[in-house]
Amino acid sequence: MPKEVGSFSWKELELGCALLEPGSAGQLKTGDWRSMRPVTDLEKCVKCARCYVFCPDMVYSQNEEGFYIQNYYYCKGCGICATECPADAITMVEEGD
Amino acid sequence: MSKRVGMEVSIAAAEVVGMTNVDVIAAYPITPQTHIVEHLSELVADGQLDAEFVPVESEHSAMSTCVGSSAAGARTFTSTSSQGYALMSEICYIAAALRLPIVMAVANRAISGPINIWNDHADMMMSRDTGWVQTVAENGQEVIDLLLHAFRVAEDHRVLLPTIVNLDGFTLSHMIEPMFLPEQAEVDRYLPPYVPKLRLDPAKPITMGPVGMPDVYTEARKAQDEALKASKPVILEAWKEFADQFGRQYHPVETYQTEGAEHLLLTMGSISETAMTAVDAMRAAGKKVGLARIRLWRPFPADELLAAVRGAKTLSVIDRAPAFSGGCGPVCCEVKSMLFDGGCSPYVWNYLAGLGGRDVTVEDFADMVAKTSACADRGEPMGYEFLNARE
Repeated sequence: MPKEVGSFSWKELELGCALLEPGSAGQLKTGDWRSMRPVTDLEKCVKCARCYVFCPDMVYSQNEEGFYIQNYYYCKGCGICATECPADAITMVEEGD
Repeated sequence: MSKRVGMEVSIAAAEVVGMTNVDVIAAYPITPQTHIVEHLSELVADGQLDAEFVPVESEHSAMSTCVGSSAAGARTFTSTSSQGYALMSEICYIAAALRLPIVMAVANRAISGPINIWNDHADMMMSRDTGWVQTVAENGQEVIDLLLHAFRVAEDHRVLLPTIVNLDGFTLSHMIEPMFLPEQAEVDRYLPPYVPKLRLDPAKPITMGPVGMPDVYTEARKAQDEALKASKPVILEAWKEFADQFGRQYHPVETYQTEGAEHLLLTMGSISETAMTAVDAMRAAGKKVGLARIRLWRPFPADELLAAVRGAKTLSVIDRAPAFSGGCGPVCCEVKSMLFDGGCSPYVWNYLAGLGGRDVTVEDFADMVAKTSACADRGEPMGYEFLNARE
């Protein structure tokens, strides 16, 4: 995993905070201020991919069995996936629980 | 050899900017800056200057265009005043944060209201903390000299910050003055071609201006502060080399008759020349009066200013813009802060003078010194006043 933004010294920042590596937005940890996280009950999941489609970030990807699995590095806990899930397979759980 | 000319200062400024091999000029006309960009547009239209002149629809667009062209690696110039400067100020902060070496001439003018097109420093103070390097000219010669210096400093890889040359609106911008206008070869010798450190290039894509989350914003702001402070040695070096080449030496703080002076005036800009005449008259009358003038406004030259005023009994600080209810004007606030930090405690009285184009005369300066001195003798609390405001 690339170095997280929060660990840079001011001396290490590029001129004008420029990003010199193209396509590096994937390294940005958008999931560090979530208060709720989506948890999928795979017994209920019908693999419809609506969570994958509606997720505004890059949280969901399909695993070898065809289920859509969360990558919490990006998840802000917005809950759209849980709202859109037609099988009620996704539950929002308090962080820390 | 420089050529001695009699020329309107704005026209001379445009001629010198034309000699810098500037690539892009994006500007919107506003009094009293108009003649500068008007003449540049003529130079481009007449084929005398091979540059792109972008006649934008507002100052916000002017600075946005400058940010784009500078980010693409072009030597970029603009100019503004007052309300236009206020409109572009949002992007001024961004130009500095992106470390783009844009050069701008600001023909200083009062801020409305009431609506007023004449000279004071309200626009300069409004944009004090945009993060640009800022110098202040006292006469036409200094305007063109400081413009050359501005490109040299801004584009230096140890600086890479946008730079402003402040010139008093009308008082300087519209005066016809005798000046030494440099030859093209002299400009080329002083100002090397601009080599961008980072630029937008489709063959090597980078991102300029990404979001800075709370976990990096503090570091980004500190980096900017350090960069502006670190520009000072380069500013001094560029003035030294300017002196070696052109014979005119500039300093962050200029002093006049400060040797043994008990009472000092502190000024910025063209008003300083009137103050010098007043100092001469007071010295001739046996009064120990001197003058310190701030030439480098950002980065603030605290060490030089402290050295210039240390030992004086009283300080009459002239501000050309109010800081409503702030206790004193913006220049005086910084001066008092510097004095406190430097363990130096002269009696300071602050005069808000020359607002919205009102003349400040030789007699006014004599009155200011006399009043400050009398207040100090009476042990009155320090303060500020609007000079000659009718009761």
